[in-house]
Amino acid sequence: MQWGSLEEFLAMGGYGLYVWTSFGTTALCMGWEVLALWRRRAAAVAEHRDVS
Amino acid sequence: MSFMGVNWLKYSSPQAFYPLAGSLIPWCAAAAILLIGVGLYIGFFIAPTDFQQGEAYRIIFVHVPAAWMSMFLYVVMAAWAGLGLGLNARLSFMMAQAIAPTGAMFTFLALLTGAMWGKPTWGAWWVWDARLTSELILLFQYAGVMLLRTSIDDLRRADRASAVLALVGVVNVPIIYFSVRWWNTLHQGASVSMTAAPKMAATMLTAMLLMTVGFWMYSLAVTLARMRCVMVERESLLSWGKQASMQEVAEAR
Repeated sequence: MQWGSLEEFLAMGGYGLYVWTSFGTTALCMGWEVLALWRRRAAAVAEHRDVS
Repeated sequence: MSFMGVNWLKYSSPQAFYPLAGSLIPWCAAAAILLIGVGLYIGFFIAPTDFQQGEAYRIIFVHVPAAWMSMFLYVVMAAWAGLGLGLNARLSFMMAQAIAPTGAMFTFLALLTGAMWGKPTWGAWWVWDARLTSELILLFQYAGVMLLRTSIDDLRRADRASAVLALVGVVNVPIIYFSVRWWNTLHQGASVSMTAAPKMAATMLTAMLLMTVGFWMYSLAVTLARMRCVMVERESLLSWGKQASMQEVAEAR
């Protein structure tokens, strides 16, 4: 563990913007994909209730 | 075709595959959350600072798994497409269809996180180097396969056409993988290989591998979930026993 404080952790040795943009975008994309599939499934099931 | 006492061929029928996929999804999702969680913890709190790249190197914990997945998923997609063409199996085409969006997403993420790493370490967001350019082409290939499918109204022709395009495009995957060896690229060579000792600290490698297996489990869960959506959307058109209109077929995708 090399982080003395939360500020230090967020700063990432001056590379915070790059590191957190990378991890943030990845998390957003994955979260969005899961959410989109959830809604797609709900729509598909609602439309064809006799199948599933 | 039985292996480990299970008749696997059974699952090539939609009726058997649909519930199997449904029961696998929660396990894959749980494994993904666990592996990614532990991977992030080791990556941010245990792995030491890189002596050359400082903290910016931590981007590789998401960049490398995303880049590996982008190539791996393309090969898997093409394999299902090829199987579909060879056996004329609808389920295989659907599998290829279900993989494409996730593969495209990981390709985009590999490029974006690569730019985020390139700016502080190379001083440039983007360079037209062999590795970066071939990965960008991979993104266009995913887009091409998906767009070709949606642009053909006849489902069977859409399946076959996009499968052929996916298969032809496989040639790019070894080009991406070996680009750092074949050409002088700005992109660094492989950090992990089968033949040489890894060029990084054990904790860094552990974090990267955990994230990779986590992304793998995530892809499996998401792909199976999309597969189930596609099956409901496509199969239900047939199950009603009436002629589906062009409008319905188009909407089903």
